[in-house]
Amino acid sequence: MEIVIIVAVAVLVLVGIVIGLRVARRPKEVLPGEPPPVPVDALAPPVRAEAKAPAPVVVEPEPEVVEKPRLRDRLGKTRSALSGYLKGVRGHTVDGDTWDDLEEALILADVGVPTTTRLLDAVRARAKDESVTEPDAVIDLLREEVMALFAAAPDATLRVDGPGPNVWMFVGVNGAGKTTTIGKLASQQIAEGHKVVLAAADTFRAAAADQLQLWAERSGSEIVRAQEGADPGSVVFDAMAAASSRGADLVLVDTAGRLHTKSNLMEELKKLRRIVDRTEGALKEVILVIDASTGQNGLVQARQFAEAVDVTGIALTKLDGTAKGGIVIAIQSELGIPVKVVGVGETIGDLIPFDAAEFASALFEDS
Amino acid sequence: MFDTLQDRLDGIFTRLKGRGSLTEKDIDDVAREIRTALLEADVNVRVARSFIERVKERAIGADLSKSLSPAQQFIKIVNDQLVETLGGTTGKLTMSSKPPTVVMMAGLQGSGKTTASAKLARLLKSQGLQPLLVGADLQRPAAVEQLRVLAGRVDVPFYSEASDPVSVARGAMAEAARLGRNVVIVDTAGRLQIDAELMDELRDISRAVQPHNTLLVVDAMTGQEAVNVAQAFNEAVGLDGVILTKIDGDARGGAALSVKEVVGKPILFAGTGEKLQDFEPFHPDRMASRILGMGDMMTLIEKAEEAFDDDQKAKAEEILREGTFTLDDFLDQMQQVKKMGPLQNVIGMLPGIPKEIKNTEIEDGQLNRIEAIIRSMTLAERIKPDVINSSRRARIARGSGTTPSEVSQLLKQFKEVQKMMRGFGGMLGGRKKGKKGKGKGPKMPIGGLPGLPN
Repeated sequence: MEIVIIVAVAVLVLVGIVIGLRVARRPKEVLPGEPPPVPVDALAPPVRAEAKAPAPVVVEPEPEVVEKPRLRDRLGKTRSALSGYLKGVRGHTVDGDTWDDLEEALILADVGVPTTTRLLDAVRARAKDESVTEPDAVIDLLREEVMALFAAAPDATLRVDGPGPNVWMFVGVNGAGKTTTIGKLASQQIAEGHKVVLAAADTFRAAAADQLQLWAERSGSEIVRAQEGADPGSVVFDAMAAASSRGADLVLVDTAGRLHTKSNLMEELKKLRRIVDRTEGALKEVILVIDASTGQNGLVQARQFAEAVDVTGIALTKLDGTAKGGIVIAIQSELGIPVKVVGVGETIGDLIPFDAAEFASALFEDS
Repeated sequence: MFDTLQDRLDGIFTRLKGRGSLTEKDIDDVAREIRTALLEADVNVRVARSFIERVKERAIGADLSKSLSPAQQFIKIVNDQLVETLGGTTGKLTMSSKPPTVVMMAGLQGSGKTTASAKLARLLKSQGLQPLLVGADLQRPAAVEQLRVLAGRVDVPFYSEASDPVSVARGAMAEAARLGRNVVIVDTAGRLQIDAELMDELRDISRAVQPHNTLLVVDAMTGQEAVNVAQAFNEAVGLDGVILTKIDGDARGGAALSVKEVVGKPILFAGTGEKLQDFEPFHPDRMASRILGMGDMMTLIEKAEEAFDDDQKAKAEEILREGTFTLDDFLDQMQQVKKMGPLQNVIGMLPGIPKEIKNTEIEDGQLNRIEAIIRSMTLAERIKPDVINSSRRARIARGSGTTPSEVSQLLKQFKEVQKMMRGFGGMLGGRKKGKKGKGKGPKMPIGGLPGLPN
């Protein structure tokens, strides 16, 4: 019933605003200010109402041939696009414009102002210490700084150990590419000899399970799905049970896209994690899927999802465009969450392991 | 996590305090802070540059009105410039004089085209039009199925076929003629703007249906890339407008400014939630304050002005000035606030409220209980709740269909609220003394009011 306080404070703040208008008598010029903060309490928001789930159906599909991943040539596109920005820097001596150009290049890559400033400050200090005056050498220093950042990252491989079920959960905002990433990963894992069950726990978006089902058929995974609006928790539970009884060692859980600002949906996500956690040690990865074109909000997303379900790694999708995905540098720098895989195209092979050194080099190398 | 522009500029101008006029360097400092604020909101770095030039021009000729502090004057200039750049919008499509009017959706993967298509169909239908939804995304698995389901939900006919997107589009036009539908909404596959093959396909679809409205669907969370996307799509198919999706998140949405600068066409609609009715005409003024990190104040002020009539305003002012806030006042003001829409949304728009509180689910049931309890009290009890003893409490509980402990809880919590009232009284006093718009309410302890029930 803290609700009384929240409601009353909201009412009062509003009354304050209305009075502000009245006293000011010039509503157009009233500039927004900050009303007083209100007390924060242990607020336990209710979880989104769950419909009764009909028993999930296990569908066994036909396997399909998996293509070989093409790493280098795909990343090359990113590399050349990015280093284009740095072209202007080369061939002069280092001056104020050089630093401005470097700053602009990093910001255009969505690295963000704070991380850019931090990186450039470090480089500037080193350049001074080491009396570096050549722009190329400055770029080298910058690359080293970024690489050092990623070098400090924990192991970037996706963990499968023991007979299972090993569970990987995929979370993220709407449209990040969770389902597609799972589809591609399932194919790759099957090619590596794992037996995979897909859990269609996105029971919210229309036809999300159908989309995953098509991926199950392409990859030769099994899929556990329920009707739309069913309880995603029951899908996860049944998928784990199905994996155990069929001897599958890997369960990939597709969750509904959700904005990190919706607390009820974040609670639902925590609940899904708790269900997996009931089998001790089963949960190996919680992968946050982030679109490479995401701006500074990506950092907020990472923080919120990490807080809710303890994210173990990031899948950076759609890096085959001209978007640089620089936000992962900010995420790595601020939160220390490693990037594990990178999506670079539409086909199954277009999901490649993240190579930190390669990514860092790609930011600053000419192709 | 970000400082608001207000905080940043306040910082600069505090340093400058006491000086009569701004030097060129001061203006550069200010411009730099504005730039940082824009970049943190994901406005493209090049767009930000030209934008700031315009702000500077305006700032130089600006009338130094005394009512605002220099920081506020600059924010006002930036804000006005933002609103102007984001442009006016009517939230209306171009209607063809010869139906059907064709709308084609385009955008990157995952920007929200399919959902936006269904939401737009629902909106148009509610305006008395007869839309047809067309699933021409044959790329993403089950995209057609998704739109078919959504079409069923908004009760709009749906068309697709298992061929190629151009044939689907052509078939859809014939279907629209057959069914006598006057708007055709074509959902296309998401594509990267550098994918030549798919961009050609989009051109072919466009040629086949001759859309009156080609709308770019842009995710509000998009970063610097927004400029490249908008440019490429505009060059390929000629955009007529933009739909900004997922603005119910906390992204600052600078992409809106970037896209508007590049495309030069209005941002028509905004997707504001997961439900199909969460779709509204775009409001440049709200987006401007959001980009500047100032909360959704304009909307709030608009709604507050509607909800409170003059009598109510006078009454509210009295409450604040006297610092007395009774349960009767609470009930009364709650009724006004309820007119502004669901309380949850109203709280979401208040600036400076911690996220934990904004995200608290407030259900109608809970509000109704509070109301019921207060309504079951006599006027004397509402004004002086101390008179409520155990038998009165039992009566109130019976009258409101709640339990005596719920009644006690409400009273206890309301007492806390009354304690907080002193702060509000001070805020009003401050405004009256001419510090209007200073923008700092009284500081209150966060999360630590003594004796607050957890």
